[in-house]
Amino acid sequence: MNIYLLWIILSPLLGSLVLGAMYLYSVKIKKISDIVFAAIALVTPFVSFIFTFMLFLKLYNGSNDMRYTLFKWLKVAKFDVNITFLADHLSVFMALFVTFIGWLIHIYAVGYMKGDEGYGKFFSYFNLFLGMMLLLVLGNNPVIMFFGWEGVGLCSYLLISFYYKDAQNVIAGNKAFIVNRIGDFGFIIGLSILFIYVGINGFDYVSVQQHIATVPKPTLSLIAFFLFIGAMGKSAQIPLYVWLPDAMAGPTPVSALIHAATMVTAGVYMVSRFHFLYSLTPAIGEFIAIVGALSSLFAAVIAIKQRDIKKILAYSTISQLGYMFVAVGLGFYGSGLFHVFTHAFFKALLFMGAGAVILQLHHEQDIFHMGRMKDASKIIYYTFLIATLAICGIFPFAGFFSKDEILFDVFASHHYILWAIELFTAGLTAYYMFRLFFTVFIAPKSSKRIDKPETLSSVVTYPLIVLAIGSLLCGFIGVPKIMGGSNFVAHWFLMFGDEDIKSSGMVEFLLMGLNSIVVLVGIYIAYKKFAIIDLNREIKLSGIIYNKFYIDEIYNMLFVKNLQKISNFIGKIFDRKFIDGTVMMFAKSFYNMGEFVSILQNGNVRFYAFSMLLGASAFFTYLIYVMG
Amino acid sequence: MSLFEVMFTGVILFSIGIIGVISRKNIFVIYMSLELMLNAINLMFVSASRYFHSMNAQVISMMIIAISAAEAALFLSLVVLLYKRKGSLDADIFNKLAQHGDKS
Repeated sequence: MNIYLLWIILSPLLGSLVLGAMYLYSVKIKKISDIVFAAIALVTPFVSFIFTFMLFLKLYNGSNDMRYTLFKWLKVAKFDVNITFLADHLSVFMALFVTFIGWLIHIYAVGYMKGDEGYGKFFSYFNLFLGMMLLLVLGNNPVIMFFGWEGVGLCSYLLISFYYKDAQNVIAGNKAFIVNRIGDFGFIIGLSILFIYVGINGFDYVSVQQHIATVPKPTLSLIAFFLFIGAMGKSAQIPLYVWLPDAMAGPTPVSALIHAATMVTAGVYMVSRFHFLYSLTPAIGEFIAIVGALSSLFAAVIAIKQRDIKKILAYSTISQLGYMFVAVGLGFYGSGLFHVFTHAFFKALLFMGAGAVILQLHHEQDIFHMGRMKDASKIIYYTFLIATLAICGIFPFAGFFSKDEILFDVFASHHYILWAIELFTAGLTAYYMFRLFFTVFIAPKSSKRIDKPETLSSVVTYPLIVLAIGSLLCGFIGVPKIMGGSNFVAHWFLMFGDEDIKSSGMVEFLLMGLNSIVVLVGIYIAYKKFAIIDLNREIKLSGIIYNKFYIDEIYNMLFVKNLQKISNFIGKIFDRKFIDGTVMMFAKSFYNMGEFVSILQNGNVRFYAFSMLLGASAFFTYLIYVMG
Repeated sequence: MSLFEVMFTGVILFSIGIIGVISRKNIFVIYMSLELMLNAINLMFVSASRYFHSMNAQVISMMIIAISAAEAALFLSLVVLLYKRKGSLDADIFNKLAQHGDKS
């Protein structure tokens, strides 16, 4: 049974290798049909999903955590790392939706990427991405997690700059990679400090948890903080969120994969994985919650003024990740992961819907050049509506339960300011999502829109339906007790020992009502402003919000320019003048010494005779002196 | 004559020979200086032999005379060849062994 654990990870990784080799063969020697690539690419995630589901059932039936040790990876003195995979409630929960949604996105991508010359390469990267994410999730020790952590960073780079012929995309890929590197820097520092203190006793999660109390308090906070910097980078929180909106340069399935199933949820997962660490450092936890709240508000504010359909969704991801961090920061891991779960469904659906619209309109991404897409395809229209309702948190869609639970937890733990920020953000979310929805689907057609949107193949639309059903229903696994549900998620995550917040039923119902009202107000404003908007009028967006608070420019000025200056100084002045100068000085001096010696070799017989005389005299003088 | 005086004469002759080798340019004169040095050595060997009543040193000096006779034949023919080649007997002209390093 435990060997399934290995094949969950190995299947996409092998798939990636095979696809890569086949792609090379196809490019260099003989063309391989796209169908072959698609078939392999679809089988591997499905295998992972089936195995994960089996493990899930086993855990559900009360099995203990499962481990599978592949081999001993490193053994240097006390540094002992096994390649071991772990299936416990947390990792299987993550792996379950990662594989499922990853698989659906693969299906979608088969249709979306049709006819692309890099078809095989794309799916090779895609499988690799999924495999790396599973490695991150299922690894039994932080070192394997770090390996996967870097792997998803690499894959995001490869996929974001997939259309590498456009320099802009390559820059976006570089940006994602470099910003993530800053986060990874923090992550690796945190891991190193952790290892120094507890690594002697084994470095898997269980041993670390057992010995975590031996670490001094200030150091513990330091570790927690540095690890969170890693999470900031991966999960796109202030101040390292800048790569995510630019990551939209990649093909839309990539965005869906990054935002829903892989990559960005890694940060939340990591914090949950180290819950024993963060529960000992409540101050850092609160810091995380504050960063999360600010990110969610900030991103939501930026999103209300964007006009690129994918950028809006990107900012909404940052915003939703903020919610998750608020929850995990305050110690409500169950609620946070529940939101990760529901978010994966509706965010994948939103991106795939947006991608479908973009495909229909021949790669038009400006929402003000669309309008009246309702008539083009009913499936896309209804699924997108469901996803939008889900992200806004309308009963009974998925987002309602998870977001409501987070808000309730935050409120009940007396963090009223954070609660107010999150509530306001919920309103903003409803506003900007329905702004997008109304403009694209309801508002009268823009004259810039092409008249006959393309009809999409069922490969593209069927995954939308599956996800729409998911977005509609997956919230019900976490129905709060008060509404008569059993709250499966809370039971599942008993391992975290979440504080069981007791509340009178009234408060919870009141909060739900309040949420819904705020959300409905947001939707109403969006309806008033955008449902009947005239898209033929030139819509000009400007101001500080449209320009994303000039954060990119500020970063550019503060960091990029200065770094460039330093690099230029080191590369062009320090290296040339100082390093080269020193080395050349030595070389020159040897040369000059040689020149000096070569004067002696002048071919003048009498000079030789004279030197012999001198030498002999010196020798004999010495002899006389010694022998006395 | 004491041994010291004879030896001193030999040393003076030898020094004159050395100075001749070093300071003169004409190859003939250099050769003559070399012969002078050899003979200074012979003189010292012979007188030492006489002083110590031993024949060993005399044997050596006989051998030196023989060798220097052979050497004279070789050297003179060399000098003729050198003169044929450059038309001069200036020792400084014959510096083909010099290291003419390229000054780059």
